[in-house]
Amino acid sequence: MRSAQINRRRVFRDAKGTNVANMNWDAFTPWSALAGGALIGTAASILLIFNGRVAGISGVLGGLLVPKQGEVSWRLAFAIGLAVGGVLMLALSPESFGASPRALPLVAVAGAFVGVGTRIGNGCTSGHGVCGLSRLSVRSLAATLTFMATGFLAATAARFFLGAA
Amino acid sequence: MNSIRKNDLAALATGTLFGAGLVVSGMTLPSKVIGFLDVLGGQWDPSLGLVMGGAIAVHAVVYRLIQGRPSPLLAERWSLPMREDIDSRLLFGAALFGIGWGLGGFCPGPGLVSLVAGASSSIVFVAAMLIAMLGTAKLETYLAGRSARNALSASNDESRPA
Repeated sequence: MRSAQINRRRVFRDAKGTNVANMNWDAFTPWSALAGGALIGTAASILLIFNGRVAGISGVLGGLLVPKQGEVSWRLAFAIGLAVGGVLMLALSPESFGASPRALPLVAVAGAFVGVGTRIGNGCTSGHGVCGLSRLSVRSLAATLTFMATGFLAATAARFFLGAA
Repeated sequence: MNSIRKNDLAALATGTLFGAGLVVSGMTLPSKVIGFLDVLGGQWDPSLGLVMGGAIAVHAVVYRLIQGRPSPLLAERWSLPMREDIDSRLLFGAALFGIGWGLGGFCPGPGLVSLVAGASSSIVFVAAMLIAMLGTAKLETYLAGRSARNALSASNDESRPA
């Protein structure tokens, strides 16, 4: 009985004896995460109800970089809105903004991966993860599972080689 | 005020709420994002899973409510993706995006919103992202044009008299 318990504990420990299945309850912020999520869902709903469009950030940006006639002004307004929302929150809660824990060259590589990947994969966390899943899109489900899985792998590998974030 | 202007106002409102929501949710804290993705790091913070949960809870209900309506309120037609096929392009792109997300802790929205705080990492991230998006778009246009030209010259070859 006792050895079974010890074995079970060992399963969740790495070589240094750190419990790898531990959760960081001090950092857990369920209410602000849910409230922020509800704001994002409401925002996406406004664009859907009024403009009939998907609030996918990478898609909105892509349409600004490769402009088509009649497709620019609403995207620009959306991008300006993002900045306005950001400035409002910067005034209210500056501690909610953080820098990447990774070195700048790696952040540049990360940005390049995000840019190429969202362009090829037609979307990011907002377009696929929020809007697509809400429509029960099979494509968006496949994309979301994929970027969650590789995000997990990349974050794990970065910790392994570079240390905790 | 014509309908185009109203469209832009709706987009402005969307962007503002979206940007505020990203900050409230914790998505503009790259360390928190990495702490969410690094499930086995010993310090897992599951909070950000609830961001997607909260957003979908609202948006899925609204989508159900508007389904079957002939058009959006300020546009002639719906502009929603209709494809349901899963191709390697989609999965490859999503895989690359996830790698970048897990490495830097930024996805596109929070990266953009974070620019207002002026941290050098968000500036570097967004600059690299935009250059990569533009480069990919240019390359796609070039490749599409080349294959179209090849198809054209192939059909010219066929029609050439022997």
